[in-house]
Amino acid sequence: MSKKYQLGLGLVLMILLMPQAAFAMHIMEGFLPPVWCISWGVLVIPFLVMGVFSIQKTVKQNPKLKMLLAMAGAFAFVLSALKIPSVTGSCSHPTGVGLGAILFGPTAMSVLGIIVLLFQALLLAHGGLTTLGANTFSMAVVGPLVSFGVYKLVKRMKGPQWLAVFLAAALGDLLTYVTTSVQLALAFPAETGGFAASLVKFMGIFAVTQIPLAISEGLLTVLIFNALLAYSSNELKDLRILSEEVRI
Amino acid sequence: MSTMSNTAGKSSMLRKNILLVVLVVAIAVIPLLLLKDAEFGGADGRAEQAITEINADYKPWFSPVWEPPSGEIESLLFAMQAALGAGFIGYYIGYVRGRKTKNSVEKS
Repeated sequence: MSKKYQLGLGLVLMILLMPQAAFAMHIMEGFLPPVWCISWGVLVIPFLVMGVFSIQKTVKQNPKLKMLLAMAGAFAFVLSALKIPSVTGSCSHPTGVGLGAILFGPTAMSVLGIIVLLFQALLLAHGGLTTLGANTFSMAVVGPLVSFGVYKLVKRMKGPQWLAVFLAAALGDLLTYVTTSVQLALAFPAETGGFAASLVKFMGIFAVTQIPLAISEGLLTVLIFNALLAYSSNELKDLRILSEEVRI
Repeated sequence: MSTMSNTAGKSSMLRKNILLVVLVVAIAVIPLLLLKDAEFGGADGRAEQAITEINADYKPWFSPVWEPPSGEIESLLFAMQAALGAGFIGYYIGYVRGRKTKNSVEKS
């Protein structure tokens, strides 16, 4: 296929898609071959099941935590709506799942994350129903797992609270988009260079764009976490984020 | 905690939070100032291009079930999403702050 035709096709696609401005930073509807859609979707199921039970347990043990859980969901809701310009000259949005992962554990956030993704797929033509599994895997499984792991690691190394929260949120955000790049590269290996060449290409688009946004998400999560430390210390104690003797 | 250290703690928290907000705004504004010619489209739009470059025959096999009819409607929905989320966060912080103040008044 000639370069001219490729460019022509690209431009046609661009013009077709531009007026709707359906720019999701997740994988676009229909842009992942069916076999990958199903595979990622199946992979997500155990996390969702564990998440439902984990939320049930948390709420049963302490019904007062429902409000904080809803707040963690609301935080992901806001941050996914904010499309922020980045140094690469394109826009992307943070995910906001790090906060909930720190508070309620990674699988609880898988459930909240898929709700946000579903809302955006249905009402905003953002992401998609066919790519829901893949997007849930990156944003609501890998992201929260990384956040949770990083938070625990920094705490264990006796790092300060703010640093643990910042790194957890920022790296969870960044790794979400690294996962998106891996998913696209697996589905679309380049003719020359294969998976690795495609990965470099998609990383250049998603991951590099995401770096400043990941920093923003880290800062915003520290901001909201400070507010929780100041006013909601009872809930944080219930969640064992704060031990009784820790000074705020 | 005495009232003195309480107010001092609050004002240092306010200062820290203002600094955090300024940093977030700066991170968003700097690319706009530095890259004057950039389009600032979505990263996914560029991913679509990349997919087409790698595999020119690929056709999306499914289209969104519903798309916002215009950019305005889309931004309305995005604004609503952000407003609902931010509204609830504000409600929660207000609720726990009020609860804490009430408790400390009752204790003293």
